Parts: sequence; structure tokens; C-alpha cells
Amino acid sequence: MAFINYSAREINCKLVYYGPGLCGKTTNLKHIYDKTTQSAKGKMISLATETERTLFFDFLPLALGEIRGFKTRFHLYTVPGQVFYDASRKLILKGVDGVVFVADSQEERFEANIESLENLKENLREQEYDIDKIPWVIQYNKRDLPTAVSLERLRESLNPDGVPDFEAAASTGKGVFETLKSLAKLVLNDLRRGQR
Amino acid sequence: MSLTSQLVLYEEDHKKICRVADQLVRDANAKAVFLVDRNGQMVAEAGELVGIDTTSLASLVAGNIAATGGLAKIIGEEEFPIHFHQGARDNVHITMVAQRIILVVIFDERSSLGLVRLRVKKAGQRFAQLFEELFKKAEAQLEDDGARSPFAEITDDDIDNLFSD
Repeated sequence: MAFINYSAREINCKLVYYGPGLCGKTTNLKHIYDKTTQSAKGKMISLATETERTLFFDFLPLALGEIRGFKTRFHLYTVPGQVFYDASRKLILKGVDGVVFVADSQEERFEANIESLENLKENLREQEYDIDKIPWVIQYNKRDLPTAVSLERLRESLNPDGVPDFEAAASTGKGVFETLKSLAKLVLNDLRRGQR
Repeated sequence: MSLTSQLVLYEEDHKKICRVADQLVRDANAKAVFLVDRNGQMVAEAGELVGIDTTSLASLVAGNIAATGGLAKIIGEEEFPIHFHQGARDNVHITMVAQRIILVVIFDERSSLGLVRLRVKKAGQRFAQLFEELFKKAEAQLEDDGARSPFAEITDDDIDNLFSD
């Protein structure tokens, strides 16, 4: 949950990038890190294996600017996507303020997306969060690949409730900031309405 | 206070916490003391902070506590309340305070594990008291008048302005 620090005049929010293995969660963070000015970002930490698969999490602190004299800081985390790292995913979801679900548009990952989204809902429920009540958005990544399935099909399976969704190609940066901005706005709006 | 509740830190409480942290730095002959929320947010810091990336430190300490907490449950423990990492030069002593705050003490050869443990025990009780008060206050204020939050009156324009690049 958000941390409001009146002493430092700061508000800190935790955003988590979730999704199946190799869907591009870390690539999203890398792009944000590369394209953000030095003064607005902290060090990016990746706890990864030798083959650059996320082992525990990636972490990137971002400072977006001020609202009513309060510095707004977003702590971006990714979870390890591979199925067997479920215990780690649960830990990273603790205290989350908003979620980006990164879906892999490729045909062969269609089922993996559905499985990962179900896993997200289940892990949120375990921590007394309701996905219908927390801010979340979907990013359909890898739209640039020839094996990408149609947007309609992805929407039908992953987004029946019509949460904000975005097409992306994180390796080139397309759609990355649109996704982040959309979620950050939802989280701030949620804060405005009062605490959950 | 549950882990899903929002943490609100007011200036007067922050000052009280920092005073106890400063005292702990002196009493334990430590280099630095940090108080980190279990979710990875830095709450207070004291001592020699130059060259330390405190944001990353907070995130990694919370990750460490989360991971070892998960490990504890697997072997039938509730959690491991004390952690100690020994380095060639600096050492890290980590304990839990008031269920959701992590107390981190960094010390070198000017101190010892025994002294740090002794001083942490005493300061830990004081921190626990302060944080319990703080959690109760935050909960009472939420129930009382959640709309007094500084964010209750922000506008769409305020939010949009953050993203005007």
C-alpha cells in the first residue's frame, strides 16, 4: 500500500509488472530506465540468473514530480514469470498499489497468459486483494512479431471486463510509457478517492 | 494493522523515531541505522549515510525478509526474527519491530555483534511502542476522516501535469 510520508513530503507507491515467463516484464523496466532522465530515476536492480532470467525481482525507483507539494515516487517491480517461482511472486505482490499484466501476444504463449492471469488473481486473493478493486492494466506485448494473435482474441480471453489495455513492443519501447502512465494515473486516482 | 493498510508517517512521529535511531547509532557504536517498511519503503535513517543507496537498500532488505520469511514457513517456523550478515569490513544486523517494520543496523570493527544485539533489544522496544502508536493513529484518522488526505483534493490536471513530458 502507498506510503505517505509527511515528514519528507513524499508519497511512495508500489507497481508490479506481472505476466508469464519471457513476456517482457524486465524489458519494460529496462526501457523505462533507459529513457528516463538521471534525476528522475534510481538504480535499477535485477536479481537474475546467469542467463538473465529474473530469479526474484527487478526493481526501479522513479520520481515523477510533485503533486500539491508532495513528491510522487513509484517503485516498479517485476515478478519472476516462470511457473515454479510462485512463492517469490506472492512475496513481491505484498503491499502492491497497482499491477501491469504483461501478456505475450504470440500464439504459442496464449495459454501461458491465461494461466498467469489466473495465478495473479489467486495470489492477490491470498493476500486479501480483489483484482476488481485494485488498479490494474493489461499490456499486449510483442505486437511486432509475425506470430502475434489478433488483438480481439487476446481481449476476449484476458480482458472481458475492459480494464485499460495497450498494445506494445517493449523491445522497441512502443507502448511502454503509455502503459505505465495509465497505471500511475489509476493509482493516484485511487489515492484521491480514499484508501481501500 | 494489516500489511494491506496504508502507512502514514507524520512529522512529529518521524522526529521521535529518528531520535531513537540516532541514539541507537551512538549506543551501539554503529555506522548506520535504517527502519524499513516490510513492503520496501524507507521510513527513517540515521548515522553515516554517504554513499549508501538507501532506496535500493530498503527494497533489498524487504526482499530478504520476505524470502527468509517464506523459507521459515516451509520448515515450520513463524519467521526468523534476527538476521546477521557478516562482511569483510561491514556487518548487517536485521530484526523485526512491531510486525511490519524492519530495523537494520550496519556496523564495523568499531562495534561488536554482542553490543549491537544488546542495544537493538532495548531500542527495539522503544521503536515497537512508537510504531504501535503510529499505526493506531493512522487507523483512527482513516476511520475518522479519510478525506483529509492531501490527495483528496487533487484534480485530473494535477495528475496529468506529472506526465507532461
